[in-house]
Amino acid sequence: MASNNSFFGYRRENGRVGVRNYVAILPVDDISNAACENVAKNIQGTMALPHSYGRLQFGEDLELHFRTIIGAGSNPNIAACIVIGIEPGWTQKIVDGIASTGKPVAGFSIEQNGDINTIAAASRTAKEFVHMTSEYQREECPVSDLWVSTKCGESDTTTGLSSCPTVGNMYDKLLPEGIYGCFGETSEITGAEHLCRDRAATPEAGEKFMQIWQSYQDDVIEQFKTSDLSESQPTKGNIEGGLTTIEEKALGNLEKIGRTSTYIDALGPAEKPEMGPGLYFMDTSSAAAECVTLMAAAGYVVHTFPTGQGNVVGNPIVPVIKITGNPRTVRTMSEHVDVDVSGVLRREMTIDEAGDSLIEMIRRTANGRMTAAEALNHREFVMTKLYRSA
Amino acid sequence: MAEPHLLVHHNGDNVGVVVIENLKAGTEMLCVVTEDNSDFTMVVNHDVPIGHKVALVDFSAGDTVMKYGQDIGRITASAGKGDHVHVQNLKTKRW
Repeated sequence: MASNNSFFGYRRENGRVGVRNYVAILPVDDISNAACENVAKNIQGTMALPHSYGRLQFGEDLELHFRTIIGAGSNPNIAACIVIGIEPGWTQKIVDGIASTGKPVAGFSIEQNGDINTIAAASRTAKEFVHMTSEYQREECPVSDLWVSTKCGESDTTTGLSSCPTVGNMYDKLLPEGIYGCFGETSEITGAEHLCRDRAATPEAGEKFMQIWQSYQDDVIEQFKTSDLSESQPTKGNIEGGLTTIEEKALGNLEKIGRTSTYIDALGPAEKPEMGPGLYFMDTSSAAAECVTLMAAAGYVVHTFPTGQGNVVGNPIVPVIKITGNPRTVRTMSEHVDVDVSGVLRREMTIDEAGDSLIEMIRRTANGRMTAAEALNHREFVMTKLYRSA
Repeated sequence: MAEPHLLVHHNGDNVGVVVIENLKAGTEMLCVVTEDNSDFTMVVNHDVPIGHKVALVDFSAGDTVMKYGQDIGRITASAGKGDHVHVQNLKTKRW
């Protein structure tokens, strides 16, 4: 992108830039999914975001739920938003959170109205939002307006050799141009945590990362592990692909932050970056749909996803660009691949060239090219749940 | 350069990764170290699937396996140079 230093996006009321222009119908809770899906069926150009939670949550888990829903609705890829909840209190809290971006948002609650009246009222407003936002135009924006996150999935040994360093090369080139970056996968850094700590821009950021990593080891793995985690980290797919140990997986994973990039802060799940342009670590699950959803809720607008064995994940809000270097995956799952870097394994392509091809695909995706996951209707919107509801 | 059969991340590593499909036991592999593009040849002893590791040295139980120039675990059952290295003979030191 250095030579072609801009893209065409939708500039929002708060100055952020989106690469998609959705009208989202966002449920506060699981039991409002049906109303949201019916509004989306009524009104062309809207998209429901059903999910599984939002009732009887409390404490930090509830905070994360609100942060994720408000963050999702606030993402610049969403032009306008309808919020539907079972009761008005939490519905209004989410409407107010999203309204602080300045975008059009309206809330509806079901109690004392019933689904049918709620759907009718929300559909009328959704229709007005579609009329309004469908006239929005893309405008030329500097690359520094891009927020690009990353997470890898169904990794194998080829991801550490090719697709992850491709993402790393992209960050080494685009972070100096002023983009926001984000990587996460707390459990999957295990085995490379010392290297990750050393990639912090400041001792404070490195210490913050180590506290997050250690607390997952202490609070979750030590409490709940039944054996040695070898059935889960690495996954069955990882093992099929040749990865044997968590250390080996972690070292490949960390290739995504390149050679020269350093992270300036370690964020909680779905937390917005507050320290300006640069790379951020985020405390996330290593499960693809949960991780991409948390990064979307933090405001990232494009996601880069290296895969080895062929993870097919997508996200309804954020285009997920798939990169693979595994020639068998290219051969057997080509419909899921946006960027083929298998030439790296044949020594026909350098990591530098692979990074450039990813940057070009990011630019085209930001301009509107639909990704493989978008074309294949992959819309995994998955909440991270910290503990059992009350 | 001819297409390699095996890639090795770092010069100090003692395993490499098969990067072609249908590799057969007895093949003399072209092996490339990605760190500096240096190459060497060696014979693989098993049919090893793409993405799986091959021992570059003779291993005994307890030896440390190095990849990316880093410790990725310990050998649990001896493996000769050219053998397939995976869950049957390599385990994390972590859990």
